[in-house]
Amino acid sequence: MANWVLHSLKRGIRTERYRESEPLPAGTTPGRPKPQRMDESAAAALAECCPTGALQVQSPGIRVDFGRCIHCQRCRGDEGLEWRQDATWATHLEGAQESLGGSFRRALHVRYLDAGACGGCMGEARLIDAPQYNLHRYGIFITSTPRDADLLLVAGPVTEALRRPLLDAYEAMPEPKRVVAMGVCAINGGVFGKSFASCGGAAEVVPVDIVIPGCPPPPRAIIEGLLLAVGRSRSAQAVEAP
Amino acid sequence: MNRFEMLQKEADTLPGVGVEHDAQGRLLFTAVPQAVPELAVWLNERAFEFATLVVEETAPGFHLVHYFFYARESGERITIEAHVGPGVGLPTISDRVHAADWHERETEDLFGVCFTGHPFLGDFVLHDEDWPENIWPMRHDFDPRASHPRGRGLDEDWRPRRLLEEQGALEFPVGPIWGDYGESGLCLLETPGEQIRLAHMRLFYKYRGIEKIAEGEPPDKALLLAERFSGNAAFAHALAFCQAIESIAGVKISERSRRLRVVCAELERMRYHMTVIADLAGSTGLAVGKAMGQELEEELLRLTETTMGHRYLFGLAVPGGLARDLPDAAITRLRTEIPSLMPRIQRFGRWLKVSSSFLDRIEEMGVLSTDDAKLYGVVGPVGRAAGREADLRRGLPYAAYDQFPPDIMVEQEGDGYARLRVFLREIEQSARLILAALGHLPSETVRTDCMAVDGNALGWVEAPAGAAFHWLKLDGDGCITRWRAGTPGFRNWHAFHRTVEGAAFQDFPIILASFGLSVAENDR
Ligand code: SF4
Ligand code: SF4
Repeated sequence: MANWVLHSLKRGIRTERYRESEPLPAGTTPGRPKPQRMDESAAAALAECCPTGALQVQSPGIRVDFGRCIHCQRCRGDEGLEWRQDATWATHLEGAQESLGGSFRRALHVRYLDAGACGGCMGEARLIDAPQYNLHRYGIFITSTPRDADLLLVAGPVTEALRRPLLDAYEAMPEPKRVVAMGVCAINGGVFGKSFASCGGAAEVVPVDIVIPGCPPPPRAIIEGLLLAVGRSRSAQAVEAP
Repeated sequence: MNRFEMLQKEADTLPGVGVEHDAQGRLLFTAVPQAVPELAVWLNERAFEFATLVVEETAPGFHLVHYFFYARESGERITIEAHVGPGVGLPTISDRVHAADWHERETEDLFGVCFTGHPFLGDFVLHDEDWPENIWPMRHDFDPRASHPRGRGLDEDWRPRRLLEEQGALEFPVGPIWGDYGESGLCLLETPGEQIRLAHMRLFYKYRGIEKIAEGEPPDKALLLAERFSGNAAFAHALAFCQAIESIAGVKISERSRRLRVVCAELERMRYHMTVIADLAGSTGLAVGKAMGQELEEELLRLTETTMGHRYLFGLAVPGGLARDLPDAAITRLRTEIPSLMPRIQRFGRWLKVSSSFLDRIEEMGVLSTDDAKLYGVVGPVGRAAGREADLRRGLPYAAYDQFPPDIMVEQEGDGYARLRVFLREIEQSARLILAALGHLPSETVRTDCMAVDGNALGWVEAPAGAAFHWLKLDGDGCITRWRAGTPGFRNWHAFHRTVEGAAFQDFPIILASFGLSVAENDR
């Protein structure tokens, strides 16, 4: 008989300390491209190699629209852009509701909803609970029912068949409520875009307050997004200029 | 005369069938539609496995149907092709080759090609309530970027079809959206109270139509979809996709990239299997076990990121090899970290195997019989746990698996515990393969020029969940005219209902977790 309590006590605390000022443990995030100054022809060549239009020429260099970047890595490498290994990616959308305050800051209930996500976003969303991240220390809890939820965390491009269930879940949530779209699919459809089968993002169906770019956003970035919803993290820029 | 020639000779005598040996080294049977069912049986009797079914529209209303078969041990490949004209059906083979059942349903739904004699057609990929009759999205005249046509909606008194006629019998729906991190999909469980008597899977809520939206796109665009429709097996699917393109182009890739592809694929498998084990522990309420599993899973993801640049290996596989070479530091890291991770994974596995409260929940639970596994053509670890010795890495070796063949991990019981053991042993096996393939890496380029136009080919891999077949057809500009992704998820979900029928309600999530199925991979 394995004594799990003993095993777990012996292992000690595995949760990692997190400070934005300190570098993240290696491998925590794939990172993302940094906007850079460069001459126009080099910028145009880079913009050309980006399959999603995330890289755009803006003199004097290249700017990055993170809501489109799918981490395909085609702009990486010796002639490419430098990458930044951070994970504070979530952006509070302009004109959206402000973050939840008061007691929500230490007790937030989240309903995760798969609206057509692939294993990337699904996997990373599951891992916000892994020992290294330990979601509970922030007072954030995953709940199964929308009626208990303060926040809806949507992943995937929202397929047509899940449009109705997504709306139903949103409507069943009590006020006040917020919606966070995680992953470029949930932001604008990502590689699937808008088509006969998918709606092209959560905002087509429910009002979105916060977006977490990335394909997929790593657990640390998802946690930052949830903390942003209760005013405990800072909002990153959606587009960065050189 | 070898076996293949004998087969060819024997097949030549079959009525309604033309036989030729094609350029890709396989036998091609051109059959009239009526001859297909007999031919399928003929192949089954000769131990040929059904791989996948591919339909393409050759002219408005005209279709060419390909049935791919392969021999599990010898790796011979045979394809049946049959033409069907407008308004004509094909006789179903699902009553003889049950593994083709869902393939036929999908084809009927998306192309409007009818399979006569099939008992359940309609309402499969496209759900009746939100898709109108007589619009077939996979036909060429349908515009993928058109807006979704309006269906008739759900009638107020609509109820799912129920088969169980017993006092107090009811139908219990689970889904389409699930609690916690469950993937979307509807499971209808019929029960008279405690026990699940019948289960119907209604999937494709996550249908994103990747095969349609890829049409007309160049392969480097479609490759993004191949990686992302089922991101936890991204490398596997991208690899099968790239191999199809390399096969069309007739390109041989470098030895270094062949070996590194094995390394990448096996690291992905280790992580995929660890996810399944962590979720299985979680489903039985073993919180510490789940936490330990997830901790290891996260470490494997970090190892993947630091050595291959992306936690889920996006952007690595390209036609012609790999997009980037692995730097020496990454290779050293793999060589040191895998041997240091393995004892921890093994210890974790040992603890699981002696936890009686955990074993009670998975032993003799969710049994997939060897007969059912064969009937449904179940693939991957789930099939191997039910006595099926099937693994494409051995049967139809690709990348460098001919030099580094894995042992096939087979168990006979087909229950949750057998599946756990297979997942655990396959992690060990993958670690061994990674270290072996890293052993003698020649220094050379990892990317060969690969420009494919005008042709079609099948690419395959043993994805973490089982056999995956990607068929591609390219036009004269090298753009995609047809892509079919035959996935292990699609294959295994078909059989899943057999294992929950007879189980108690509280065991449902455990059986589900022990299958390690991906809905995204099924739905595409
Ligand atoms: S990594 Fe992002 S920015 Fe770079 S090419 Fe790919 S999508 Fe564009
Ligand atoms: S954003 Fe990327 S990882 Fe997330 S669901 Fe979409 S394709 Fe998958």
